[in-house]
Amino acid sequence: MADTITRPTEGQQGAAPAERVPTVVVDGVDIVYRVNGTGAGRGTATAALNRILRRKKAEKAAGVRKVHAVRNVSFAAYRGEAIGLIGTNGSGKSTLLKAVAGLLPVENGRIHTDGQPSLLGVNAALMSDLTGERNVFLGGLAMGMSREQVKERYQDIVDFSGINEKGDFITLPMRTYSSGMAARLRFSIAAAKDHDVLLVDEALATGDRSFQKRSEARIRELRERAGTVFLVSHNNKSIRDTCDRVLWLERGELRMDGPTADVLKEYEEFTGGKK
Amino acid sequence: MSQVLHTPPPTTNPPAPPAESLAELAARHGLTVSGARPSLVQYVRQLWARRHFITAFATAKLTAQYSQAKLGQLWQVANPLLNAAVYYLIFGLLMGTSRGVPDYVPFLVTGVFVWTFTQSSIMAGTKAISGSLGLVRALHFPRASLPLSYCLQQLQQLLFSMIALVVILLAFGIPVAASWLLVVPALLLQFTFNAGVAMAMARIGAKTPDISQLMPFVLRTWMYASGVMFSIDQVLAGKDIPSWARVLLEYNPAVVYIDLMRFALIDSFQGSQLPDHVWAVALGWALLAGIGGFIYFWKAEETYGRG
Repeated sequence: MADTITRPTEGQQGAAPAERVPTVVVDGVDIVYRVNGTGAGRGTATAALNRILRRKKAEKAAGVRKVHAVRNVSFAAYRGEAIGLIGTNGSGKSTLLKAVAGLLPVENGRIHTDGQPSLLGVNAALMSDLTGERNVFLGGLAMGMSREQVKERYQDIVDFSGINEKGDFITLPMRTYSSGMAARLRFSIAAAKDHDVLLVDEALATGDRSFQKRSEARIRELRERAGTVFLVSHNNKSIRDTCDRVLWLERGELRMDGPTADVLKEYEEFTGGKK
Repeated sequence: MSQVLHTPPPTTNPPAPPAESLAELAARHGLTVSGARPSLVQYVRQLWARRHFITAFATAKLTAQYSQAKLGQLWQVANPLLNAAVYYLIFGLLMGTSRGVPDYVPFLVTGVFVWTFTQSSIMAGTKAISGSLGLVRALHFPRASLPLSYCLQQLQQLLFSMIALVVILLAFGIPVAASWLLVVPALLLQFTFNAGVAMAMARIGAKTPDISQLMPFVLRTWMYASGVMFSIDQVLAGKDIPSWARVLLEYNPAVVYIDLMRFALIDSFQGSQLPDHVWAVALGWALLAGIGGFIYFWKAEETYGRG
């Protein structure tokens, strides 16, 4: 992991020689989730009736709870940067990532992007009743690859996943796979596409040790080809290895934004010593 | 640890754009707003680019349906046949609605299949977004792909039913005729109608998931008003009902599509039993629902996925 990218983050102070090109600009963004069926009466019929009758008057009293997941976050990310997102559980990291990907609507503010940022992951598009083979196609198409592109990469995907190492498993339905095998195939499909702005949400490197090594290498490859990378992780080591800049979110607020070493130092103090 | 949070530590804000707001920075570099709704033309283009995904998703759903059954894909045909048999038992034999309807079994089965196509398309459309939130929140694609894909799945399902239908028609001695070709335009129009309604319902269902609880009742009422198991003419004959109600019953889109199919397939079902200007009406409903539903769905494109 010696190939940590050291790119123009040093150019922060003083005039940078060439102007850096922003790829993601997040401008005062708030994200709010609304959850139905909470509040005093919970799921009872009277509570529901109450909710309907008082709908417009008071959302809160009507049992709709608002969860303010991200509060007034602003930053700009530039081409060539690898940015880590850290924070304790439930601090809004994944939510922010989804909003950058354009998958969650924002309440206030704007997110500007260059091209279409994409989350690494296709789990939701796959169907366990279908064979691995058909899932490779379905997943690839769902990520926006053309049929020809999927065909072209099909063999690479299968080889990378190592599903066929122990026999012809790719033609069996995915529900027959062990959880490790399924995770390997999912990762292989997800990692088959190149992205302009790549968003990676923690714990991607699954499977056994040899597959973990392979997938780490693959993420590095993707990262080098992508314009900008965001990585959400609780593993400070992988953040240190991968990222040159870190955003620290806490309770939805951006607490700190700076070079990896500085932010991680503060964060480790905050969470109580080094892991 | 909450006490720390109220006093924000000195935030180092390295890429603070000097004297330029973030919005200006973004604008200067030509960045686009993430998650903004594309224009209608762009949207159609995006959908077209995803056509392979739409068809692959529909086929995948269809195949996955019976993948655990021993008889497998045979159920695609067996299911509609059994369905028709139940309706025949109740309406044909027990209730005697078959009186005065020539070729009652083909009449009934055609009605049931064509109606099921519309019914399940609308039902699937209602759940298209609310039931696939995981997908909507994980991947980027024009959301109309989902209701369209579900309707396509129903169309494929119907094509399987048509195999069963042809068997039934031949078994009951209905002659093969050139008019069978009319099935193609009739189905196309019906598909457009279904897809439009499904898209509209997808938007409503995404906002208010409760609708999917209500829809079975609405659809069942609609079914009984559409003469699926009986001939509306026979039932209304000699009854004094206001003319607006008669028009409403006659030009009900489900009736129009069902009758067109019966007219195409069954030789004893005469053109005189069809309402006036039936093709124009069928086209009108298809365009109204198809275009209206699409635009209505597109208008909320950026909000799908909100929890």
